[in-house]
Amino acid sequence: MQVDKELQQKLRPAMVEGEHTFASVTDKISDVTLKKRTPFHWFIGFGISFLVAQLLLFSVVWLLANGIGVWGNNQPVGWAFDIINFVWWIGIGHAGTLISAILLLLNQKWRTSINRFAEAMTLFAVACAAMFPLLHTGRPWLAAYWLFPYPNTMGIWPQFRSPLIWDVFAVSTYATVSLLFWYVGLIPDFATLRDRAKNKYYRFVYAILAWGWRGSARHWHRYEITYLILAGLSTPLVLSVHSIVSFDFAVSQIPGWHATIFPPYFVAGAIFAGFAMVLILCIPLRHWYRMQDFITHTHLVYMGKVMLATGLIVCYGYAMEAFFGWYSVAEYEVFMVKNRIWEGPYWWSYWLLILCNGLSIQLLWFKRFRESEFWLFTISVVVSVGMWLERFVIIVTSLHRDFLPSSWAMYSPQIWDWTMFIGTIGFFFTLIYLFVRFVPIISIFEVRTLLPDAHVHGHQQDFDESVLEVEYTYDRTDPPNS
Amino acid sequence: MAKNIYGILAEFDTATQLVDAARKVRDAGYRKTDAFSPFPLHEIDEALGIKRSILPYLIFAGGITGLLAGFGLQYFVHVIDWPIIVGGRPHLSLPAFVPPAYELTILFSAFVAVFGMLFLNGLPSPYHPVFNVPRFALATREKFFLVVEAADEKFDHEETRKFMETLGAQEVFDVPE
Repeated sequence: MQVDKELQQKLRPAMVEGEHTFASVTDKISDVTLKKRTPFHWFIGFGISFLVAQLLLFSVVWLLANGIGVWGNNQPVGWAFDIINFVWWIGIGHAGTLISAILLLLNQKWRTSINRFAEAMTLFAVACAAMFPLLHTGRPWLAAYWLFPYPNTMGIWPQFRSPLIWDVFAVSTYATVSLLFWYVGLIPDFATLRDRAKNKYYRFVYAILAWGWRGSARHWHRYEITYLILAGLSTPLVLSVHSIVSFDFAVSQIPGWHATIFPPYFVAGAIFAGFAMVLILCIPLRHWYRMQDFITHTHLVYMGKVMLATGLIVCYGYAMEAFFGWYSVAEYEVFMVKNRIWEGPYWWSYWLLILCNGLSIQLLWFKRFRESEFWLFTISVVVSVGMWLERFVIIVTSLHRDFLPSSWAMYSPQIWDWTMFIGTIGFFFTLIYLFVRFVPIISIFEVRTLLPDAHVHGHQQDFDESVLEVEYTYDRTDPPNS
Repeated sequence: MAKNIYGILAEFDTATQLVDAARKVRDAGYRKTDAFSPFPLHEIDEALGIKRSILPYLIFAGGITGLLAGFGLQYFVHVIDWPIIVGGRPHLSLPAFVPPAYELTILFSAFVAVFGMLFLNGLPSPYHPVFNVPRFALATREKFFLVVEAADEKFDHEETRKFMETLGAQEVFDVPE
């Protein structure tokens, strides 16, 4: 029985479009790194990002020379831009792990062509994130002894009952495991680059990076075990990291922070922000490098749907936060909710947040917006701003009205807060540009497995296809006795 | 030349041909064999008789080590070396010790997973005899290869080569040592 092509396309859209063979897939992706002349727009983009990254360098030097008094932090708003930006960046990273690990376990084949650069995005975002709390210590090289447990001459240990130490462990584990996962995925592709490079320096560097990979069946066997188990490990890891980040707030007793909904609400927000960033990166990328065959229209639509789903969870979180405050009947909680939403001086930031994260995504219900690259890109930018505002609202509005009115204060960021934040954005894009230039942006070996030729015929029927076939025939069979 | 060879290598165009050939090679009694493909092929494990790796057990052991190390570290710091009461909590505050121990479990498992895989695979190995065949560079692009090693008991240069030529290979190569 023949499976209807059209139906199959509808139920399981092809994740690689156009006529492709193993060779054409390999050449198309690896040529970006090896053969094609570096496009002019790469130099422009890299140049701008690199210049903006200098702002970071300058801000860090200025900060270390003068101390964190150059920032706008005060009492009671002791956590401001540094923690807002930390949570914002680390949240962006989470979509990369979601795509590479959770979607792998769920057997979502569409992850295959976007996982490589989503993971790169994770790594670079975590690098940006980690800078903020470290620099917030003022003298990071002196902070080492209370961040990491090593026997030091002062005989002082870190305080393991503190969420801030949990955070150190969570974020450093997350960075390490993400790097390992990314690198393991790259080994076979580095071997491909090694074998295809004509330039001997390139060949040498890629040969070192590929560790002598030769595609042996025994190697692949262990490789697949490792890849699957790493995915299995990264899944609880990514959920734990943002849960622990939320513990930084939830374990304290500040009204507006002390809420049990924080861990799931933060994780959903992280994935929401991360998918927005993946869309911001991949919409231009697929055009610039003509990767539309691999990052198809279907991919963008799927990401739009994930953004809508996680965005709605985040909106539920906003509703619950307000509900908890009211339902607690605790004086300080009720005051905080009122102050945050309409009575306080930062009411505008709350409503801007609702506009960016709550209202803008409602457009994604409609096919017209979901299927348009322009709208997906625009909504993603709006959501990124919204997620930044969310952290601003959580941190600043909860802190600026302390328990005693005598310790109330206003917070306004200073120039060095802004330069450092903008500087990390430049740093992030600098790394992204370098990655696009020197590393295959799409996982070549995994895309090969998506091609029909990758199936071995005559031994074992592909499970997915047989299921599809049965369902289909069942549907179309004429009723018995007619 | 026939003296110092590592084995005989056959090149195939498709994954199906490779798996069929691997089956025949195994049925013919060869055991020191290997296949090379540009992406993982599940069918080849069974065709070549590759046993399931012990790697998952090593990773599990790594995870347990991480867990114990995490709890052990915190126990040592807060109960043995420098007991100090913070926030009215007992010295052994187990719930608070969960997150670091949990993260270390994952960290250790991940290290064992990656470096255990590389170690069991014998990587890094910048040199391997199969790299001596120029066509082998296509193993990371589109072609499939099957090798029978000279170290196999049944290996006989003439006969094995003849046998390999019957498998429908694109080309058959001697692999110099």
